[in-house]
Formats: sequence, C-alpha cells, structure tokens
Amino acid sequence: MPNLASFITNNSMLGGGAELLCGNVKKHNITLPKQDEKWLIKDLLIWIQKNIIKERPELFLQGNTVRPGILVLINDADWELMGELDYELEDNDRIIFISTLHGG
Amino acid sequence: MNEEQLRNELQNKEKEIQRLKKLLDESAKLLTVPENDLQKQKEKSETLSKEDISRYSRQLILHDFGVKGQIAVKNTNVLIVGAGGLGCPAAIYLAAAGIGRLGVIDYDEVELSNLHRQILHTVDRVGLSKSVSVVHSCCRLNPSTEYVPYHLQLDSSNALRIIESYDIILDATDNVATRYLLNDACVLAGKPLVSGSALRFEGQLTVYHHDGGPCYRCLYPQPPPSEAVTNCSEGGVLGVVPGIIGSLQALEAIKIATGIGTSFSQKLLMFDALDGTFRTVKLRPRCKSCLVCGENPTISQLIDYEQFCGAKATDKDHKLHILERSQRISAKEYSEMVNNKKPHVLVDVRPAIELDICQLPHPMINIPFTSLSRNITEVKDQLLLKLKELSSDDFHNYTVPVVCVCRRGNDSQLAVQQLMKILADDKVKVIDIKGGLHSWSKHVDSNFPIY
Ligand SMILES: [Zn+2]
Repeated sequence: MPNLASFITNNSMLGGGAELLCGNVKKHNITLPKQDEKWLIKDLLIWIQKNIIKERPELFLQGNTVRPGILVLINDADWELMGELDYELEDNDRIIFISTLHGG
Repeated sequence: MNEEQLRNELQNKEKEIQRLKKLLDESAKLLTVPENDLQKQKEKSETLSKEDISRYSRQLILHDFGVKGQIAVKNTNVLIVGAGGLGCPAAIYLAAAGIGRLGVIDYDEVELSNLHRQILHTVDRVGLSKSVSVVHSCCRLNPSTEYVPYHLQLDSSNALRIIESYDIILDATDNVATRYLLNDACVLAGKPLVSGSALRFEGQLTVYHHDGGPCYRCLYPQPPPSEAVTNCSEGGVLGVVPGIIGSLQALEAIKIATGIGTSFSQKLLMFDALDGTFRTVKLRPRCKSCLVCGENPTISQLIDYEQFCGAKATDKDHKLHILERSQRISAKEYSEMVNNKKPHVLVDVRPAIELDICQLPHPMINIPFTSLSRNITEVKDQLLLKLKELSSDDFHNYTVPVVCVCRRGNDSQLAVQQLMKILADDKVKVIDIKGGLHSWSKHVDSNFPIY
C-alpha cells in the first residue's frame, strides 16, 4: 500500500538561517516507497534524515530519535500518546516536528 | 573639538544627568512592599468597593465571571518572571483586570532595542530597571493593585522564597536555563506555571503543573543542545507576536484565578503569525518517571540550571574566543587598512537581509556564515577569483588577506576557521575583525548603527 503522509516543521526547526530542511520549505507532502511491513515513525525519521535534511543532521536526530527540544505531533497529538517511535503510519497522516521556542 | 562642539557636548551631558536624576527619583518614589510584608498572609477581600464596581463593571456583568470572579482576581497574587516582550502585555492586562498583587522580576535595564515589543517601557526610561518600569506603567493604569518589582536575576538561591508569596507564576523569560529553574521551583512549591514563548513570527503557550497535567520536564526531560537554541537578539522577533502570547498568558492566569473555562494544561497552543493560524495540540499526561513531578522524584531542591542546560540564564550574547591573536585585527586596525588603501578581500558573513541595515565602507563579498558549509566550491571559486584580481603575484601566491566581519565578532571567527579549511592549499591569510560591526561603531565611527 502507498503511504502518503505530510510532515510540517515550524520556522524555528528550520533554524536561524541554518536551514535544516532543504530550501526552507515548511510543509512537505511525501509518498513513502512501498515496503512489505508498515512504515513506523522511526523509519520515517531515518527517511527524512536521508532524503530531506541537507545539513547539521545532529540538530534533527540524536541516536534513533529526535533531539531534545523537538516535539513530534501525529495528527495534532503528542506522539507519546500514539506509541512514539513504533507508531504505524496511516495514509494521509500529518506529522509535525516543532522546535520549542525560548525567546520572550 | 572646537568651542561650539564642546558646548553642545556639555549640554547633552547635562540633559543626560537630568534624565538619570529623574529616573532615580521615580525608582525611589515607587511604592514597593517590604519583603517581610509579602510573607504575611494578605487579608482576603470579600467585597468590592464602589470604585471597584465602576472600574470593573464591564466584566462584573459577565455571566460566569461576576462579582465572585472579580473578588477571586482581587485575591490572587501573580508573579511575572521577565519584564520583556511577553511580560509587558501580561502585566498590563493583569493590572487592568484588578489582580491583587503583581510581582515583576527582571535583572535587566531598558534598552532602545527593547521598545518595539516591550511596550510598557518608554524612551525616557532607557537605563532604568525593567521591573520598575513595568510597575510604573501598570500603576498609572490601576493604582489599586499592589506591585512588587524585583530587580534581580531569578536563580536557585532565591526562586522558592520569591515564588512562595504568589499563587500563579508566569514564565515570560527568554532562556532555557530559567525555564527549567521556574518549572522545578513551581513543582516544588505547588504553583501553576503559565508559560509563553515567542521568536520570529511564532509563539507558543502551555500551562504546566496544573490540574494534574504535565510539567515542562515531563515534556522535555533533556535540555536542547545549545546550538539549537535561538534567542530574540539573534533570531529576531516581530514585536506584536510576543504581544499576543503575553496577552494570552494574562488571560490564562485570570481563568485559573477564577476557575472559569478550560486551561492549556496538557495542551500546547502554537501561533504562526505568517500563516495566521492558531493550532492547539494535545500533549502527553504527567510523566510517572519525571525527575521532579513523577512518582519517585530525585529533584527535591533546585539545582544549577546553567550547568544543566550548558547555557547562561540570560539572552545576552556571549563572546566566542576561538581565534589566536594573530588571526584577528581590531576595528581600529581595520580602519587604518581601509584608509591606507591596503588591498584585501572583505567578506561580510551576515545573513543577506542584514546588509540593508548597514555595511562597512569598503566593497565586500557577502557569504552568509550559515550557508558557507553548503557552498564550499562556489565560495572557493569566488574568493580565489577576487584574490587573483587583487594580487600582483602569480597564481597560488596570494598576497592580500581575506578579512571576515559579522555583527558582533562570533560568526566571523567561525567563518575564518571554515575559510582556512577551504583555502588550505592556497596559502591565503584569513583574519576577522574583533568585535565585528559593534566594535566598528564603538571605536571607529560612532554614527555607525548598532542593532
Ligand atoms: Zn514533570
């Protein structure tokens, strides 16, 4: 089955000019390659790191998960409520990576 | 200086003295509550005065709020930590709403570059303590609230003592270390924490440690790497963005005080000013293994948060010291280079958007530091071409140096390191201007803008 998903980042995840993601694009609609098993979020993270992140990958992933300070939302809910790394992606899922802000 | 210039200078200095004297008077005049009195339990009001009724009439007639709500607001003490872009709008709305006591903490003084977003300060208060300035403005709107300005840096030694006298705490700070400190202090003291943040065109809002919901640590057990953190002085912020988030913080505090509506406990509001969207997402519940609010907490007193976060508890820029003395020149030395027409390639490593603000009086190449590592080949070609133009000698023996400059002299050092790597085979001297454009303004051209 095809896995159509979109993922969105906030401006701050793109970084202060050091754009983490290619071309400073916030919204990505992606179609994941077919595979026998279901796509899990942890597979998606690696896929994004390989295919989208152009530089400073350590500011996105640390080990097999996102770096501290990035919140992952699956369809507007904290991914921890959804099984975190092992969540199975469904078609048209919306995944959001937000970098927490600290300015005031 | 001729006589006329001296006279002008004297006049300016006298004006400045007058202004400072006025500031001093204002600070002294300000009614502040002695700290001992803060510890005493304030007598709870059970009624509203005639003046209260007129002043708050438009919210007294609100269904769900009414006299009961107003009395609850009057009996609530709120502490705002940070008298900046978030703290100003939060403070003025809480004052206007008739909050009983408003404490305002900030270690900093008012600067001109604060005023586009920190709307309670004024031009004539530049140099005055921010907490005092906020209290002044609020006092003029509503003198019936009790105000307590704290001109200090909140830290592990004073946080619990200060927080004790308040019912609701607003996190309106600008750095990670103070956010963890406030979180832990609020959990240990059992106070709800209304947390706001803003950067560039975005804002976030959450209520922590309230209604059984999670604390900041439940969500972020580990601090972010310091290189992933951007503050307002580096990243910029559109003034009205913290204005919106700070206003929402005041609203949340009023709702908690009066028990109306639902709070942002276990919820995160994300505001995107460019898209014009507010998105609320559901967060994880309180984490059983949380070090401070979990079932077996290991943090039972405040720790060293600067150490924990590997970052200072201010948003002031820290100076990097990476390069050797021989790899750097002062702004003065650079101005001599320019005056003596000494050939060199000037590389301005700031983001392109900042070039419109100001530039050094010498032709330059703009290579933004942030894109340097992405375009190594082009950068190398571009520089070698320029060097060849300026060097009289043959290829591979460039006699002119490359001089890097940025706003404050941090990125320029990192750029020198990178360029030396890129140009390693070409025997080029690469140096930076110590202290960047700020130094240029300070030591060479006092009319040069600082931002
Ligand atoms: Zn917690």
